[in-house]
Amino acid sequence: VSVLIDKFDVFAGGFWLTLQACVLAAIGALVLGAVVAVLRISPVPPLRAVGTAYVTVFRNMPLTVVMFFAAFGLPAIGSNADFLRIPLLDSLFTRLGTDLPYFRFALIALVLYTAAFVCEALRSGVNAVPAGQAEAARSLGLTFGQNLRYVVLPQSWKASVVPLGSVIIAMIKNSALMGFFGVVGDLSQTADQLTSAEGYAFIPVAIGISIGYLIMTVPLGAFLDRIERRQAMAR
Amino acid sequence: MSQQAVLYDVPGPRQRRLTLIFSLVAVVLLLAGAYFLIYRPLHAKGQLSMDLWGPLIDPGNENFSSVWDRIAVGVRHTLIAAALAIVSSLAIGTLLAVLRLQLKELGRRRFLGFAAPVPILLRVLSAVLSAITRVCVEVFRGLPVVITIFFVARGFPEFGITLNTLWYLVIGLTVYNAVVIAEILRSGMEGLPAGQREAAATIGMSPLQTTRMILLPQAFRIMLPALISQLVVVLKDTSLGFIISYEELLNIGKQIIGVLGNPIQVYVVIAVLFITVNYSLSKLAQYLQRRLARGRKTATIAARLPPPPAATAAADEVRVGR
Repeated sequence: VSVLIDKFDVFAGGFWLTLQACVLAAIGALVLGAVVAVLRISPVPPLRAVGTAYVTVFRNMPLTVVMFFAAFGLPAIGSNADFLRIPLLDSLFTRLGTDLPYFRFALIALVLYTAAFVCEALRSGVNAVPAGQAEAARSLGLTFGQNLRYVVLPQSWKASVVPLGSVIIAMIKNSALMGFFGVVGDLSQTADQLTSAEGYAFIPVAIGISIGYLIMTVPLGAFLDRIERRQAMAR
Repeated sequence: MSQQAVLYDVPGPRQRRLTLIFSLVAVVLLLAGAYFLIYRPLHAKGQLSMDLWGPLIDPGNENFSSVWDRIAVGVRHTLIAAALAIVSSLAIGTLLAVLRLQLKELGRRRFLGFAAPVPILLRVLSAVLSAITRVCVEVFRGLPVVITIFFVARGFPEFGITLNTLWYLVIGLTVYNAVVIAEILRSGMEGLPAGQREAAATIGMSPLQTTRMILLPQAFRIMLPALISQLVVVLKDTSLGFIISYEELLNIGKQIIGVLGNPIQVYVVIAVLFITVNYSLSKLAQYLQRRLARGRKTATIAARLPPPPAATAAADEVRVGR
């Protein structure tokens, strides 16, 4: 059990890196997901088709495959994902600016994959707004944009919160995959490193790693359950 | 689609013209984007050459048959692992759901008619058991599947249990998905109208009989779409077998790439395979959902239930996350 105390800084570092990846990926996925959702409900057919295709492709593909594309496909076309070396951001999240590109690759894969689910969560929220609301807005003469901005989106937000939260929790768990794609020092890679290379006992390491993930997922899940229950009551 | 149609009027002549113009502009922009961002870089690096694609799409290529033989092996291994994981997680998930419901039922009983200390002991025991299952569910639902599989593969040999990698993968997937399926079924059973349970009690059924004959069948039917989405998730997660070097599709892909050196092309083929299978499965889920929504008596119940997130959001991962 002493490994938990001796190597506390390793566990904490792994936790911190995983958390960084999750925060960055969550921001990216929410933005991209919102864009795709707008495409999917827009009145222009080709844009709608693109949105639908995006969601179909990324929802039905394992994240592992997306990760492989990012980690082997991008180098094959000569990209190191350097566009993610955003000047101010990489001083806060130091891994963005390193010469080893794997953190950036994993981030791209996570964002692309999660955005499809974010889009579906947002869209399910829009679909949950009673049709009469949008109809009433239209009969008042509101345009598509006004309709979305003043009537539909403020209401759909409430219905999207819980699905969105679930998507984010799933993303946190999915981020464990990056340790197997060359990212050094996140929670999952730490587990591998400590048990195989450094030969620590398995059980304590497993407990430490599990706690690291559970700290992130369980409270968020409980929080969502509470919101859900409160919403059910309000209904 | 229904909601979308409501967001804007049926277009008049001017709107139709505008839409047409926007569509054309969008198509041109998209094509240009595809050309500059996808075709050009790929072409510049020679990724479109037949040297790399040939073994995968040209039957005349010398490697074509051996490559596809390997891919077929990978597909078979993936499907075997997925099928085993699905069957075992359905079975264990159902048992777990019933167990949790029974424990909850037991917690409500007063155990009258026993001697003095026995009722309290029994109630404490049932509370403890209930808490243990609850904790197990929360823990295994909160851990990433990758980590579960990794722990199984690393932990079992530690205790002197060495199995085929297939079984590590299946056990890892089962631990996680059984818990998720149990939660899906439990929420389905608890969402049923109280009258169902009360009616069963009135005609003298025991709680176990009630669960088995009244609640479970209805929960299965209502939650069928969510269950199928979960099966898609299992199939997708089977690809994690590569981390414990189980010879499934992705691992085979890696071997092929090791020989032929064409990562992008091989992964495109693998992605297409996965997308085809999973897309048809989700279409099946949608079809079942529509069938359940009309006809069937349970449809009215399903409508009154708070819609199961997995079913409404149509996001496979929604339930998983929770």
